[in-house]
Amino acid sequence: MQFTATASSVVSLASAEGAKMPLIPHIPELIFGLVMIGILYWVVSTKVVPNLEKAYEERRAAIEGGMEQAEEAQAQAQAQAALQQYEAQLHEARTEANAIREEARAEGASIVTEMRDKAQAEASRITESAKRQIEAERQQAVVSLRSEVGTLSTTLASRIVGESLEDEVRQKGLIDRFLSELEGGTVRPEKVAAASVPAPEQADAPAQGQLDLGTDGTAGRDA
Amino acid sequence: MILTALAAGTTTAVVAADEGGEFTTPSPDIFWLPLIGEGNWAITEQMVWGGVSVLVLSVAMVALSRNAAIVPSKGQWLMEGFYNFARNGVARDMIGTKHFLKFVPLLFSLFALILLNNWMGILPPVMNPTMGKIGFPIALTLVVYVVYHWIGIKKHGVKGYFAHMVPDGLPGWIKPAIFFLELITYFITRPLTLALRLFGNMFAGHMLIVLFVSAGAFFLTQGVVFKLLAVPTFIMAAVMFLFEALVQFLQAYVFTLLSASYIAGALADDH
Repeated sequence: MQFTATASSVVSLASAEGAKMPLIPHIPELIFGLVMIGILYWVVSTKVVPNLEKAYEERRAAIEGGMEQAEEAQAQAQAQAALQQYEAQLHEARTEANAIREEARAEGASIVTEMRDKAQAEASRITESAKRQIEAERQQAVVSLRSEVGTLSTTLASRIVGESLEDEVRQKGLIDRFLSELEGGTVRPEKVAAASVPAPEQADAPAQGQLDLGTDGTAGRDA
Repeated sequence: MILTALAAGTTTAVVAADEGGEFTTPSPDIFWLPLIGEGNWAITEQMVWGGVSVLVLSVAMVALSRNAAIVPSKGQWLMEGFYNFARNGVARDMIGTKHFLKFVPLLFSLFALILLNNWMGILPPVMNPTMGKIGFPIALTLVVYVVYHWIGIKKHGVKGYFAHMVPDGLPGWIKPAIFFLELITYFITRPLTLALRLFGNMFAGHMLIVLFVSAGAFFLTQGVVFKLLAVPTFIMAAVMFLFEALVQFLQAYVFTLLSASYIAGALADDH
């Protein structure tokens, strides 16, 4: 009994002591304090900090990765720009080459045309001059033939007639007479009807000489 | 402090003289709040609130950090801000980038636990700082104490750890004295001050708040003059609340900062 009483009084004293002396730790509180920090430390070190540190690490990696990506993109952009520049230059060069080729073609065509024109002009000029020359030669031949026809026929006639026709007057007279005869149809009776009508104009129409000559020639040969 | 003591003193005197009513100034007994059982093994209110604080902190921090992503949500952003304060502002700055990460969980736990328990001193419905009971600061200090000695001995060896306490380049004759002082610092002063600083601030702060609130409440039961006097008393109590909020944060910070500093000291290559 007495012991119990003493014990209880000690307890109450201790309790009072615990309440009154703030610097004496209440042992359950001290132990529980250790438990508190122990539990919290376990939670923080296994659940909270690893998650957050992982996020930080990922964030750091993401930022670094982002920077690398940005660098890559920059390099790509630079390459793209170089390619574009190169292509532009190539295009320019092609355009220039085309223009030059086109110009050369046009120039060639114009040269060909010019040469053709020149050649044609030359050819026509040559043709023209040849024609003129032929005409002149023909004219000359006609003139010389005409004078020669007289001489030949005179010679021929003198041989035939047997008399000299040296005398110009006589000669001329003979020829005229011969010609008149021809026109008169004495020599060629088949052609009289045709030749008799234009007879009076005969002498003063030198333009018709050619025709006449032809007729004469034919007549002469026939005679 | 002086002002408070004066106020308390005059209040008692005046009350005693005029009305004959009785005003009992708050005593350290207000911290004795046994809930279950009594005596040396009683479970106190502070223990319950301390347990609640651990539960709340665990649940909240796990919830806010569980889906930690590169792009933080609003909750994660808040959590990171709180975490970075202890991680970068305390651990990294004090210990250095090389070793700090290993001690971040401990320092962050200490900071979070002390801060919430301190703020519970002014937060309804608790209105009682857990760290006002010296058992809790001693428990936390014990952890820090063991940790910094442990890592110091692990790094330098027992002999090296003690040798490392004395700075290099001292004249031979002064070394024993310095060693003695350092020994006291490492083994007595540091843990004692660490625990007592936190305890003292919380204890005194709570006493002040209780004093102003109870005095104001007491004035309201007295005559007209005292009823008027209750107004500045309550204003003072409100000011004390704000002041305590700052002190409580500061003490949590200081405790963590000094713990980090002790760890850094034990890890340092030279003194």
